[in-house]
Amino acid sequence: MIKTELLIIGAGPAGLCAAISAAEAGTEVLVVERSPRIGGQLIKQTHMFFGSERQYASTRGIDIAGILMDKLTKYGDRVRILTETTVLGIYEDGMVTALHREDDYFKIRPNAIVVATGASEKALAFPNNDLPGIYGAGAVQTLMNVYGVKPGDRVLMVGAGNIGLIVSYQLMQAGVEVAAILDAAPKIGGYLVHAAKVRRMGVPIMTSHTVKAAMGKDSLEQVVICMVDDRFRPIEGTEQTIDCDVCCISVGLTPLGELLAMAGCEMKYIPQLSGTVPMRNADYQTTVPNIFAAGDVTGIEEASSAMVEGYLAGLCAAKHTGHTHTEYENKRADYIAQLSQLRGGPVGKRILDGIAQQLN
Amino acid sequence: MSMELLEKTGIPTDDMIRSAFPPVERINRGRVAVAECYQNIPCNPCQSSCGFSAITVGEDINNTPKVTFDKCVGCGACLTKCPGLAIMLVDGRNEDCIEFSIPYELLPLPEVGETVDALDRSGEYVTEAEVTQVLNQKGFDRTPIVRFRVPREHLYTVRNIRLRRGS
Repeated sequence: MIKTELLIIGAGPAGLCAAISAAEAGTEVLVVERSPRIGGQLIKQTHMFFGSERQYASTRGIDIAGILMDKLTKYGDRVRILTETTVLGIYEDGMVTALHREDDYFKIRPNAIVVATGASEKALAFPNNDLPGIYGAGAVQTLMNVYGVKPGDRVLMVGAGNIGLIVSYQLMQAGVEVAAILDAAPKIGGYLVHAAKVRRMGVPIMTSHTVKAAMGKDSLEQVVICMVDDRFRPIEGTEQTIDCDVCCISVGLTPLGELLAMAGCEMKYIPQLSGTVPMRNADYQTTVPNIFAAGDVTGIEEASSAMVEGYLAGLCAAKHTGHTHTEYENKRADYIAQLSQLRGGPVGKRILDGIAQQLN
Repeated sequence: MSMELLEKTGIPTDDMIRSAFPPVERINRGRVAVAECYQNIPCNPCQSSCGFSAITVGEDINNTPKVTFDKCVGCGACLTKCPGLAIMLVDGRNEDCIEFSIPYELLPLPEVGETVDALDRSGEYVTEAEVTQVLNQKGFDRTPIVRFRVPREHLYTVRNIRLRRGS
């Protein structure tokens, strides 16, 4: 059994920032990450970040992972990182069980926990959606940017949110043709600068369009698409067939809150936050006093917000373990101000509506 | 200004494009930044990258950037810092043509003197362009800048290039 003052589950942008923040306050931290590499989704994000300098704007996600790691190593022995380790459960008595690689099961006894497990991609139901060649957009981004594998020759992207737009751009950078980007919504959901960027490379963005069916013998060969009306019902007679060997589904993410639910945290389905999320207070503390949460698991947003949430949750979790940062009040106020700045525009309005239902 | 077309297709309207451009007299004096950032999103590296205080986003980082064209010296620092690749430079010192400077993140990079296709904001072919300079300094952090010339009449239509060599 490993004892630790603070256990951080997930080494993505939120988890890493929580670890930095807590270690800086003097807390002994154990970070557990199921992947072989730390950084979460950052390790495949070859694009520059938005936001302000405070959230590493203009820096590429792949480089932010390195920056955060360098900050963490500054704290030496105070921070331990276990990769290839999956947390299996958080029990009523506070005990956590974990699995390292294939068969090394062990227990962790933390005084407090920050859950930063992130999110998973949503699926889309249509006939033959199990044909080889149909991927989540995140999976394609991992294949290309982490493993250097070209997913196919001609891609149909389903979803014009930021992930759909960015992955389309990165596919073209990898020399893959993008046939079109569809979105069932009447408007492009992602940043319009991303949309303009792929559009001027010649990729049509077809709003009010959806997938009707996929076709192919052994793997994907064609996708039939059609227009939808303002209630997302397919419009007869608008079908078109698109030749492609890859179809990327990028219809949103949903929070991975199972561990929080298991630990007894009060959970709530909040559509604006894209799924079932923990109830929390302004310090990102859940209804179980020693469990905090940060990043996409608390509601789907940009990685810039996830990092600031991580810093805030780490600071507050450190205080909970008895390590109050000497600059606690100032730092807390600064993180809260950064978050309200990031959520201050029209894009953030929906998130703020969701958070209003989540705060307790 | 209607955002509808941009929100549906990713293509801004002619009115929006012209509203982002400096007066022709300024363009004729030399390189100047055009920031095509029409949506309120939380982002301000253009402002922090400008050493001449020529781009203002302001206290609320959700504001769209405003370029003060008379302060802009056309250095292009903002081009490689804008995460949306939404900024370019235009230069009208030569009376027959316009030289564009755009961030260009594709390989292979074009070569100086190479003839490429100039594209509009929907990726359609507009005219032939001649590449005049390719910059790829370390500080650009893997966002090279390509400069190319097209006939002056395409000032408001050209926005991208495509190499003619098979990729």
